[in-house]
Amino acid sequence: MDQPHPTPRWTADGRVLATAAAALGLGALAGLAAYGVLAPSPRAPEPRRIPDDAPGRTARQARFGDFAVTGRSVTINRPREEVFAFWRHFPNLSQFMENIESVREEPGGLGIWTIRAPLGMTVEVRTRIVNERPGEQIAWRSTPDSDVETEGKVSFRDAPGGRGTIVAALVAWKPPFGALGQTVARLFAAEPSVQSRRDLKRLKMLLETGEIATNRNRKA
Amino acid sequence: MRALTYHGKHDVRVDTHPDPEIVNPRDAIIEVTSTAICGSDLHLYNGVIPGVLSGDILGHEFMGIVVEAGPKSTLRKGQRVVVPFTISCGACFHCRNEDYSACDNSNPAEKQDASEALYGQPMAGLFGYSHLTGGYPGGQAEYVRVPFSDVGPIVVPDGLEDERVLFLSDILPTGWMAAENADIRGGDTVVVFGAGPVGLFAVQSALVMGAEQVIAIDHYPHRLELARGLGARIIDFTQTEVLDALLEMTGGQGPDAVIDAVGMESHGMRPDNLADTVKQKVGMGADRVGALRTAIMAVRKGGRLSIPGVYGGLADKFPIGAVMEKGLTVRTGQTHVQRYLPDLLRRIEEGEIDTTFLISHRLSLEDAPAGYRNFLYNQNLWTKVVLKPKWEKGRMQA
Ligand SMILES: NC(=O)c1ccc[n+]([C@@H]2O[C@H](COP(=O)([O-])OP(=O)(O)OC[C@H]3O[C@@H](n4cnc5c(N)ncnc54)[C@H](O)[C@@H]3O)[C@@H](O)[C@H]2O)c1
Ligand SMILES: [Zn+2]
Ligand SMILES: [Zn+2]
Repeated sequence: MDQPHPTPRWTADGRVLATAAAALGLGALAGLAAYGVLAPSPRAPEPRRIPDDAPGRTARQARFGDFAVTGRSVTINRPREEVFAFWRHFPNLSQFMENIESVREEPGGLGIWTIRAPLGMTVEVRTRIVNERPGEQIAWRSTPDSDVETEGKVSFRDAPGGRGTIVAALVAWKPPFGALGQTVARLFAAEPSVQSRRDLKRLKMLLETGEIATNRNRKA
Repeated sequence: MRALTYHGKHDVRVDTHPDPEIVNPRDAIIEVTSTAICGSDLHLYNGVIPGVLSGDILGHEFMGIVVEAGPKSTLRKGQRVVVPFTISCGACFHCRNEDYSACDNSNPAEKQDASEALYGQPMAGLFGYSHLTGGYPGGQAEYVRVPFSDVGPIVVPDGLEDERVLFLSDILPTGWMAAENADIRGGDTVVVFGAGPVGLFAVQSALVMGAEQVIAIDHYPHRLELARGLGARIIDFTQTEVLDALLEMTGGQGPDAVIDAVGMESHGMRPDNLADTVKQKVGMGADRVGALRTAIMAVRKGGRLSIPGVYGGLADKFPIGAVMEKGLTVRTGQTHVQRYLPDLLRRIEEGEIDTTFLISHRLSLEDAPAGYRNFLYNQNLWTKVVLKPKWEKGRMQA
């Protein structure tokens, strides 16, 4: 990564290093309190926080530098190889990702995502795979000519007790500017956490049951 | 097709809707031959369950004939089936554990947000029971699209008429699971609050499971008579101090297990229940938990509390201290209908369980609005209403 602004960097377990900075800020506040500046009453000092074991994407602060981050896990009652293979065949993604019209894969790990936007417009996101470990992880980053600057990864691991596969998806994107940016923001950033949650649920439905639940009573 | 449609609180009408089609591969289309009004429908009718929209088709207890089966359905055209009110995929973690009403995959993804926000986890899909549980068109209709038709519906033999098997779809397994959740052992006294359909089937099930004594509590004489007919002792809470009576009827110890078959619209004039009623009426979101409070106070130390009655939100003045200090076990939930079907069908066929005693009125589907009104305002005598889509308007059999 060569951008001048802070960008999220994934560590092995998916935590974003920026949380360290946040923890430092808290630490400084706690220090002040200990000197009695903020807490003159004889209360116990605010304890020094230690980093916890939750994924970074669940932090109370949901932005890291210029990037917004969203992530979600789902457990799918199918073998890991099968789940990975389904995801790795990118054209499959449009079957369960509501806003994705299509995903094409071109040689060299280049992905071209056509995303539906309001008023019949579409937005093209171009990504390159930056890390792939078969059966375990796929990570991607947008190319310079993409409409949206984004990076993300999806990881696959065995659920405990033979319960299938845990799929964890993590997406970071830089909310873009300009007219197009507004549109994209509305569509992409409005409730991306809701969107990713629903998308992963649809993936689970598709792989576990072979179909996606609907209350529609008729085909059209 | 014609279907009972929600228009607002205490306003349901039979409207014309487009016929359903096969949408997903595992679907089947059922032509309904019998469908019932459930106590749970009254919670919708009274407007105390959120997420019911004008235009929704209600109903979740139904049976009928398969008229079309999708390519992945295991049903065949012409089969007679009873359909569980819970929609379950059969493949997720919960379905594999036979916790069918906890299915992860039957509530459409875009419908799961509301119940996830309310309860921390999304609910499964149910027929005709608000958009919290999927907004699926319900069974008080001529035709129903049944998703996951290879997991839910149970095929019934032609010799068994509708009225002997219809209640397999909901209240019979609900009464059965309520008794199972009471973990009945030899010598036990089991108290059932509410002698409605669920309570009556809970009484019957508790006796089959070997309870020494079953006590049913209500204020409607006819419903109490039905309970007595099944072998229960009865308490009319308008005549008797329930807590005193239960102590005296158990040698001063308190009942071993209590079953709340009343739910969120408890009747009664006790001050706590009146306060709940006011809050529920003005939309403060409080469930009426009068019967539940009494049940918790009545049960013995280390006893079991089973709650088949439906609750939707929050409770005020919930005696959590009594639950903890007496060391109670609490078990509840929407019924895992599919888990019980083969066993209960066998018990019906062998004559061990009868369900027909419950039915007080049979009406045409067209007269369903009158059925709702009477099931709500005339509870003493209208114990259970079965609707017949094939009957002409005005025909009634009591
Ligand atoms: N868990 C499930 O899956 C499931 C399935 C079906 C029904 N239910 C629920 O079970 C409950 C009962 O259903 P039903 O069809 O029998 O309903 P119903 O309304 O016909 O019966 C309820 C009975 O409770 C009595 N009652 C009210 N307040 C009481 C009190 N304080 N003490 C004692 N009795 C009291 C009423 O007089 C009535 O006879 C409802 O809440 C319903 O939603 C749950
Ligand atoms: Zn019901
Ligand atoms: Zn399931």
